[in-house]
Amino acid sequence: MAERPLSPHVTVYKWAYTMTLSILHRVTGVALFLALIGLIAWLMAAAAGPSAYARAITTLTSLPAKCLIAIAVLALCFHFCNGLRHLAWDMGLGFERAQARRSALIVIVVALLAGAVCLYLLFGVGGAV
Amino acid sequence: MSLRTPLGRVLYQGTARDGVSHWWVQRVTAVALAPLSIWLTLSLLWLPTTSYEAVTAWIGSGLHPVLLGFAVVLAAWHAWLGIQVVIEDYVAQLAWKMLLLLLSAFVNALLAASGVYAVLRIALRSVT
Repeated sequence: MAERPLSPHVTVYKWAYTMTLSILHRVTGVALFLALIGLIAWLMAAAAGPSAYARAITTLTSLPAKCLIAIAVLALCFHFCNGLRHLAWDMGLGFERAQARRSALIVIVVALLAGAVCLYLLFGVGGAV
Repeated sequence: MSLRTPLGRVLYQGTARDGVSHWWVQRVTAVALAPLSIWLTLSLLWLPTTSYEAVTAWIGSGLHPVLLGFAVVLAAWHAWLGIQVVIEDYVAQLAWKMLLLLLSAFVNALLAASGVYAVLRIALRSVT
């Protein structure tokens, strides 16, 4: 298997910030898979009854859990926005280098803004958690 | 000297011919998850408190259990396809690759089943 020709390793290319978004899409995707485990655990606790749910909420409102929830929210905002960018590419739109760079900037700005609003609503004054 | 026939050696060496279906289902689940993730995020942010009563009442009301069950299944399905590509790309050793691919498939199936079970249990309890 190792004998077959392989495409050049990514490190032979000059770095472009669009590459960072590409790998971040994968990283946030894996992070959201882990977040899904947390969401299902929360739902299972709610299904199990009030005492199990109370224990789950104690865990979820601890500082490490809050940090993980914050990361998950930011990951969702990025994966959502960049996912729309991928769907546009799948329709054949925005392949030009200038367009891809502009859409990358839009994704970063929108994801950060949406993430900030979500985190404020979640943890800010009168927030849910 | 091998017991394999020359024909047996050349069959099934090409693609599995299911690459397009993998690609397509990943997009279909993505398109469905886009509005569902907005709905879920806004709904969770809009919850007045995270108390047991508030959360179970929200899950059990109206179409929420249907949408939530749908979202959980699609998220696990989308995660299965996505994690599969990541494993295939970065895990070189065949044994590890197979082990992780199976693990991802089982964990994601378990997540989907658990999510649907939890949502149904909460929703049906609040009906009675």
